[in-house]
Order: sequence, then structure tokens, then C-alpha cells
Amino acid sequence: MNEIYSDRVEKQIELQASVSRVWGALTDSNEFGEWFRVKMDGPFVAGQAVQGHITYPGYEHLKWEIVVQAIEPEKLFSFTWHPYAIDPKVNYSKEIPTLVEFRLEKTESGALLKVTESGFDKVPAERRLLAFRMNDRGWAEQMKNIEQYVAQKA
Amino acid sequence: MRPAKAVIFAALGDDTRLALIAKLSGGLPSSISQLTAGSKVTRQAITKHLRVLQQAGIVRCSRRGRESLFEFDPAPIQGIIEYLDVVSTQWDHALARLKSFVEK
Repeated sequence: MNEIYSDRVEKQIELQASVSRVWGALTDSNEFGEWFRVKMDGPFVAGQAVQGHITYPGYEHLKWEIVVQAIEPEKLFSFTWHPYAIDPKVNYSKEIPTLVEFRLEKTESGALLKVTESGFDKVPAERRLLAFRMNDRGWAEQMKNIEQYVAQKA
Repeated sequence: MRPAKAVIFAALGDDTRLALIAKLSGGLPSSISQLTAGSKVTRQAITKHLRVLQQAGIVRCSRRGRESLFEFDPAPIQGIIEYLDVVSTQWDHALARLKSFVEK
């Protein structure tokens, strides 16, 4: 549950993998694309924008763009983006983006990853509706993924 | 049309207004006199803060005789919580995929 008066979402997850393994999965744009379901057109370079295409079923025609902010090896990776900025007819560049930060810490069993996305107070209200629509779809797809996974294992 | 989220966040970013919301969230419509009672803040200041909350849609005003009554409307704040919940759920999914990706 999020804090009521918060403009941000904070997450953390324990990973049974080394810090350098996780760092690679975050900052190598091909590896990032594997789990984030986006095919990137180039590498992540601090201060530079990079485009990609969503590989999520049903959204393949959509462009995805981030501006990489910080790359502090094995510590911090951050970028800005426009959440749900997927309508090709809308120019989102005038809107203030949200900031996504990945922070890594070494633990005994692997790595602790903290993710913060902040700046939601600046996101236009109408984008909310779209978020709901996408999420409905997301759940349906997620259930299918689980089904397929279980079927393979059986 | 609903007020923009920025307006709602701005309205919530003040201790006096949060205290007013806390008083009103009990559900009973209150007059300015009732809201000023027991507070060090002046009646004029309370009136001003109530206007900000009204513009954000968090507080509704109705008249009873000569008195204005103020009432809490949870919808705008609920909207923000639901929106952040959606974002939060999507990060949960993305991080679960990252976990199976790096742990395989």
C-alpha cells in the first residue's frame, strides 16, 4: 500500500544474484529489455535519450523512450520517462516526466534492489484512465503467462 | 471535470489543511466556527484554507440558513491512491520478471 499523501511509489526486492549480475540486467539495454519487455534501439548512456519498442503482446507498435540520468556502477541507475505516454498522436515532451531510480546494495545472499518512481504530482490527470485500462489487460496477460509456464512444467 | 492531481497534491501540502481534513473526515459537515474552535489559526486563515481544499474538490460547501457548512469528499484523494496502486502493481510485475531473469 502506498502512503496516502505521497507523490511516489517505492519498491524493494531481495535477489539471489550477485550485485554485478543485477547491475548488468539493469544497465545493459538488451538485458533490461528482456525483463522489462521492451526492445531498445541502443545502449544506456548517462544524459542521453534512447528509444525502444514495447514487446508486450498487443503493444508492439508503440514507441518507448527514456532519458538516462545517472549511471553509478553497481550503485545507482536512473532515468526519466513519461508513464503511459503511448499515444503516438500526443506530444509528451512538454510534460514533466517522472524519475525512476534503481539503487543496489550487496547482501549476504545476493543483492537488495530498491526502486523509486517519483513525480506523480506532475502527471496529467487524464493519464489515469489509461493506466487502469492497461492494468486490466496486464492482469489477463499475467494469468496467461502463469498458465503457459505451468503447462510447460507439467 | 476533476481537478488535476497537482492541485490535489498542493492542497494536501500544508499542516493546517491536513488538520482540517482530519477534522472533517469524521463525516459530519462543520461550520467555520466549529472548525476554528480549539485552533490557534484565525477564522480568516481557516476560510482561506477551506477555499483551497474546495478548489481541489476535497471539501464541499453547502448553506444552512446563514451558515456555510463544509464537508469532506474522499473521491479526489481516493483517485490518487488508486492511480499509485496501479503503478505500484506494474512495478511488482516488472520486478518479479527481473527476479526470475537474474536468478535463472
